[in-house]
Amino acid sequence: MPANRFNGNSDYGVGIGLRVPHYQHIFKKKPVVDWFEIISENFMVDGGRPLEILDQILERYRVVQHGVSMYFGSAEPLNREHLARLKLLVKRTKTPWLTDHLCWGSVDGRYTHDLLPMPYTFEAARKTAQKIREARDFLEVPIAVENVSSYAEFHVSEMTEWEFLNEVVEDADCGILLDVNNIYVSSQNHNFDPFEYLHSVPAERVAQIHIAGHSKYRKFILDTHDHPVIDPVWALYARAIELAGPTATLLEWDDRIPSFQEVHREALKAQRYLPGQLREAS
Amino acid sequence: MNLEQLQRAVFEVTRQPLTPAERMRPRLPDGRSTREIANALIKPNDRMTSVERLQVYSQQYWFRILASMAEDFPGLRAILGQRKFDKLLVAYLNECPSESFTLRNLGARLEAWLRVHREFAPGVERLAIDMVRLEWAHIEAFDGAELPRFNPHDLSKLCGKTVFRLQPYLHPLDLSYPVDDVFFEIRKTEHDSNMVSNAVVEFPRKSRTRRVSLPKPRKVDLVVYRLDGSVYLKRLTRDAFSLLQALGQGNPLEKALETSLPRTRRSVDHLTEQLREWFENWASLGWFAQQA
Repeated sequence: MPANRFNGNSDYGVGIGLRVPHYQHIFKKKPVVDWFEIISENFMVDGGRPLEILDQILERYRVVQHGVSMYFGSAEPLNREHLARLKLLVKRTKTPWLTDHLCWGSVDGRYTHDLLPMPYTFEAARKTAQKIREARDFLEVPIAVENVSSYAEFHVSEMTEWEFLNEVVEDADCGILLDVNNIYVSSQNHNFDPFEYLHSVPAERVAQIHIAGHSKYRKFILDTHDHPVIDPVWALYARAIELAGPTATLLEWDDRIPSFQEVHREALKAQRYLPGQLREAS
Repeated sequence: MNLEQLQRAVFEVTRQPLTPAERMRPRLPDGRSTREIANALIKPNDRMTSVERLQVYSQQYWFRILASMAEDFPGLRAILGQRKFDKLLVAYLNECPSESFTLRNLGARLEAWLRVHREFAPGVERLAIDMVRLEWAHIEAFDGAELPRFNPHDLSKLCGKTVFRLQPYLHPLDLSYPVDDVFFEIRKTEHDSNMVSNAVVEFPRKSRTRRVSLPKPRKVDLVVYRLDGSVYLKRLTRDAFSLLQALGQGNPLEKALETSLPRTRRSVDHLTEQLREWFENWASLGWFAQQA
């Protein structure tokens, strides 16, 4: 299912995140890239270089917006200023769909700038879904929510993370940005089978997939986006493609960023798992 | 405990400043035990206690906001040195947590806060405040709005009642120290700030602090502005700066001239020539927006 109503019925291939260290290469070499993912908040400004860069990118490339601070899971209402600025950016980029995280991060108007894990309760699912619907109605663009990496679980949780994800997306009738690296990281931190998670995801709602690298510490794994994708994550990706079909895929590499070519080469490994490639391999 | 109560409890405990060893403090300011709060909220697993798991988030919170501030205020860090800079940031961020969805605005209240808490910049209070003003103006100039520009050809149509509008990205700063010299020394490359969605693994103090020689007090009238996407700093003479400030406050040209250029011994011809030069220069730099 390359195109569905959760990704604006688009048919995007393998993209990478638009990052500052790559600007010079992109403008000079004009490499062929299926699409770029931008962090919305970096371009929700009034003017200047960020918007000039974005406009130059939009002349040549397709762009999808990914947010980091909508905080659908925060108990407080959506930030109206944030939404208004986001809508201006949506009009500028014409993003076919828009993503943000299934998490919380603000309390009483104060921001953590982190992606904090949800308590998996029915109350939280209901409130989160309501905010996703409100945002979608205001922004007038399909929304997909991303499962986050987590390092803690709450006593009050009434279900598993994947059950919570299902509750939210069914109630909100929204898409999923399936981050297979985050599934892997959380599975290691919380001792569950990542494939059980993957198999429970409603494949027809997967609008996009994230792949990334991470860092392993003595007692836990941290989602650092500063390494190549490891084989167990590729295995999850392969299964996700089997379940959902060829889906817009994005490699995240946000720290210790190597050359554009290296990041793009790592991202394009995803093409090995597309159905045509699998047939050729067999 | 409902969703709102849980989130408030987690935020309250994770935003408490870390110990020098980058651990959560054993108690909150009100005396409650961090361990007991963590145990009540967070499940332990076979490798980590509840506190250890919560601590990952507390560390992420502090590492991220400290790294963002260190990126935005390298000049302040150079003036204070790493230890005092860290102490100042922790106190500021503890008192003024982010109230914006973007990390860009994290330092928005630093100047006002530092004016009240001068003890965090002992011996260099005025210098530190000047640097904060300059570094914040740089952020504002980098991505501030740009209105349609005033057409320099329209300079000939000016009259005493003309009201100029300065570009929102333009920031006149009357400084007590030549902090722009330090600023240039610190920032050899273009400043760029980006948010990403990953975790932060390094405490910002691990990056090297540049040492600079502190400047002596000297009045500097500086304009921070943007041209073709880049931020520039330009020193003005006192008279030129006063006039620009008066115009920026919305005064009509005639009144701005009266207040900024009081009785002078200079000849009318000289003054007229000087004004033409200033206005042509400022208009060509795009400092004036079209009149409303």
